[in-house]
Amino acid sequence: MSTKNFIYALHLADNALILAQRNAEWTGHGPVLEQDIAVTNISLDLLGQARNFYQYATVLFNGFSDKQKEEVNQFIPRLWKEYHRELQEDDLAFLRDEHQYLNLLITELPRGDWAQAVLRQFFFSAFQFYLYQQLQNNTDQQLAAIAGKSIKEVTYHLRWSAEWVIRLGDGTEESNDRIKNALADQWSFTGELFMPHDYELIDVNTLRESWTKKIEDILSQAGLVLPKQTWMQSGGKAGKHTEHLGYLLAEMQYLQRAYPNSTW
Amino acid sequence: MNNSIIKYYYGDYGDKESPAGVGVEKSSTNEWPLWEIFIRSKQGLDHKHVGSLHAVDAQMAIENARDVYTRRQEGVSIWVVESIHIHASNPDDAESFYEPANDKVYRHPTFYDLPDEIKHM
Repeated sequence: MSTKNFIYALHLADNALILAQRNAEWTGHGPVLEQDIAVTNISLDLLGQARNFYQYATVLFNGFSDKQKEEVNQFIPRLWKEYHRELQEDDLAFLRDEHQYLNLLITELPRGDWAQAVLRQFFFSAFQFYLYQQLQNNTDQQLAAIAGKSIKEVTYHLRWSAEWVIRLGDGTEESNDRIKNALADQWSFTGELFMPHDYELIDVNTLRESWTKKIEDILSQAGLVLPKQTWMQSGGKAGKHTEHLGYLLAEMQYLQRAYPNSTW
Repeated sequence: MNNSIIKYYYGDYGDKESPAGVGVEKSSTNEWPLWEIFIRSKQGLDHKHVGSLHAVDAQMAIENARDVYTRRQEGVSIWVVESIHIHASNPDDAESFYEPANDKVYRHPTFYDLPDEIKHM
């Protein structure tokens, strides 16, 4: 396997991990107990996907030639290099610096209110759904297998989040205001999903049409319209992030950095 | 001054302890309806009552039940019934309802030997 597959696995893992961490911020803070559990389940599903991709990335890396290792050196955590052992999934999750993360910007946006949370999940799950549908037929069998396994979870995430978008859009005046604000805030972060990057094994541009159709369908049921704005944020895929990611990583990585190699 | 001081202890939370208009509000009218949840743990078995939860409609109740009660592979099928539709027997009727069966052992199928292959009886 080439170094491209390694970087792509990192990108897919980072997307899932960062959104898992954001959704985990709802644990104990959900609007009602049942939805607290629902969003925490989604967080755990995403964490599971992230682990699968990271594990695969470490298998690839540990099997690389010196030349290949040099090629992906910019993504390898500095601290690990002092450990003198094989690369492990936790090293990739907990020891990389901000600019080494390749997640989409939309996953790192602050937790926000419930409308922000369900809308972000809806945008992201719809994207994952069409992406994994293609990825499960990829020639990289390991990535294909992870996508095939994950798509069942993603189908539920998409259904759950779409229903919430409709419920809020079609609900009270306040819920409608909140989902409208969320839409205005997040829309400019959806363009990045479909901007191709050189390490991607799927041409994301081809997903745009089905994604937009799905979004339009749900938004119209919610009584909302697609924003007109066309200027889009980008940078996450190349390691250029918003200021929010640093704070998220500081919290998430604290333990492994303060107590290297600790386990529980 | 006619006001008396009310002393609260840790654990006091109900309406009973609080004077009118103070303390925890009675069950709020915005609260979502309560649903009773029944889960079938595998094909061939019956649905068993597992608990209750709040949801706005049947669809959401099923999804909430999926998230709350089947996350450790407890089930293959979910039934939900809004709790207001459940009618219960009156505990005061216990004597006339249940005691007459006490001395009728012949109604119990205890005089048969069950083959080992039959489970869930």
